[in-house]
Amino acid sequence: MSPTAAHTVASVKEMIQACIQCGTCTGSCPNAFAMDHTPRQLWQMVMSGETRDVLSSETFILCSSCYYCTLRCPRGLPLTDAMAALTRLAKIEHPGAFKKSRVFYRQFLESVRRHGRVNESELMALFFLEMKNPVLPFQYAGMGIQFLRRKKISLPFSGKKGSGDRTDGLEKIFKKVRELENQA
Amino acid sequence: MNYFYYPGCSLEGTAREYNLSTRSLMAALGAELMEIDGWACCGASAAHAESELLSWVLPARTLALAEKMGRERRENLDILVPCSACYLNLKKVSETARFDAGLLKKINTVLEEDGLIFENRLKVRHLLDVLTRDVDISDIEHRIHNRFTGFAMAPYYGCQCLRPYPVFDDPEKPVSMEKLIRLAGAAVHPWEMGGRCCGASHMTTHPETGRTLVSKILRAAREADAIVTVCPMCQMNLEGFQHKITKSGHDMPLVTILYLPQFLGMAMGLPEEDIRLDLNLSVTHDFRKKYQSLAAVLPSGARNSA
Repeated sequence: MSPTAAHTVASVKEMIQACIQCGTCTGSCPNAFAMDHTPRQLWQMVMSGETRDVLSSETFILCSSCYYCTLRCPRGLPLTDAMAALTRLAKIEHPGAFKKSRVFYRQFLESVRRHGRVNESELMALFFLEMKNPVLPFQYAGMGIQFLRRKKISLPFSGKKGSGDRTDGLEKIFKKVRELENQA
Repeated sequence: MNYFYYPGCSLEGTAREYNLSTRSLMAALGAELMEIDGWACCGASAAHAESELLSWVLPARTLALAEKMGRERRENLDILVPCSACYLNLKKVSETARFDAGLLKKINTVLEEDGLIFENRLKVRHLLDVLTRDVDISDIEHRIHNRFTGFAMAPYYGCQCLRPYPVFDDPEKPVSMEKLIRLAGAAVHPWEMGGRCCGASHMTTHPETGRTLVSKILRAAREADAIVTVCPMCQMNLEGFQHKITKSGHDMPLVTILYLPQFLGMAMGLPEEDIRLDLNLSVTHDFRKKYQSLAAVLPSGARNSA
C-alpha cells in the first residue's frame, strides 16, 4: 500500500471513529442486499485496521449516495463521504478492477475540460474507443437510439456544444488542480 | 421573484423537456430566470471519483460566475437548480466552505487562474423548494385550467434534493409535492417510495442491483396513473429501462413518468411545445387516452389561456 493510501485509510478511520456499531447504516442502506460486507461490517473492518480486506470489498462501489445512512447515523458521521473516499482510494490501489469506471470518468472530465459541459454522444464514443470492447456499445444501443430519435443527443463529433469562450479558463483550472494535487 | 438559473448538462441533452417545462412554468408564474453566463458542469459523480479538489472547484466556479453576475447587476438572486444531483453538488460546496475557511481559500487559489473569486454569498435552491416555498399557492391555483380529476399521481422525490441537507421537506417522509398534485386536481397515490433511491448510476455499473431498486418503485406505483419526478437521473432510471426490467424477469407494470413542471404545465394549459410529452421515454397508451378525454371536456380556449 502506497503512503498516500495509508494516509487516506487513516483519514477515513478518523471520520468514523465515533461509530458505535449500532447498524442503523446497514438497516437504512438500499443496496445492503447486494454488498459482500454490510456498511456496519465495513466500518468495523476500517476501525480494526483490516485495510487489505476493506479495499478489496465491493461495499463502497455499491453506494449510490442516497445519504440515508448519513442522515440517520445517531453519531452524525459523514458515512456517504467516507464511502466516496474509499472508492477513490480503491481505484488507485486496484486500477485493473475499475478500468470501466476509470475510463468513463476520465473521458467525462475530458469532455468537461474541452467543452465546459458534457457532450453525451462524444463521451460515449470516446469511452467505447478507449475500452476497445466491441460488444460494449451494444449494451447502450437501445437507449442511444431512443435519445437520437428524440433529438436529445446528436451524433458524436457532429457539432459543438459548450460554454464557448470560457473554456480557456477551465483549461487553467484543471491544470492548477493537478499541480496542487501533485504537491500534496 | 427572479432567479439565477443553472440548468446543468442533462437539461441541455437527455432531459431537454425538463428544461423547457421548467422555463415555461416559471415564466407563467411571473418569475424571470437568468441563466448563469458561462456555467460549466457541476462535476457530477465523475469529479468526485477522480479528484476531491476538482469536485469542489467545478461547482464553486459556477457559483463564482453567478456572484459576478450579481455584482454586475447589483442584485443578488438565489440560484434555481432543477437537477437534484447538480443541486447537491452546488449546495455541498456552499455549505462546506461556510465552515471550512481552508477549503474556501484553496478553491480560490484555483479559481484565481480563471480570474474568478468565490465569496459564497448566494443561496442554492432546488426547483421543488422554490415551487413550494416561494411561489404563492393561489398563483398556481387560479391558473389551473385542466384539472386532473380522477388521476392518482405518485410523488417521487428521490434522494439528493432531500438528503443530506433537509432544507424544505422532511427527508424521511417528504410531502412537499402533495399540495401541488392536489392543486392540479389529482389525488396523491399513497406509497412509501417517494424518498427511496432509484439506484443512480447502478443502472450502468451494477444493472442487476439497479433493476431491483427501480422495479420495487415501479411495482409500488401499479395503481397510480403516473409517477412525478424532480430529477433527470431518477427520471431516466424510472422511464428508460422498463422493458428491459420486465424482460429480465422482474414483475412490474409499465408506468408513465413525468417531470413535475410538465405535469403542472399540463394542468395550467401551457403550450404543447413547452411540455413535449413526445420526449418522455414512458408515457403509456392508457395515460394518453385518459388525458385526452380530460382535455376534450375543457371549455374552448382554456388550453392557452395561461
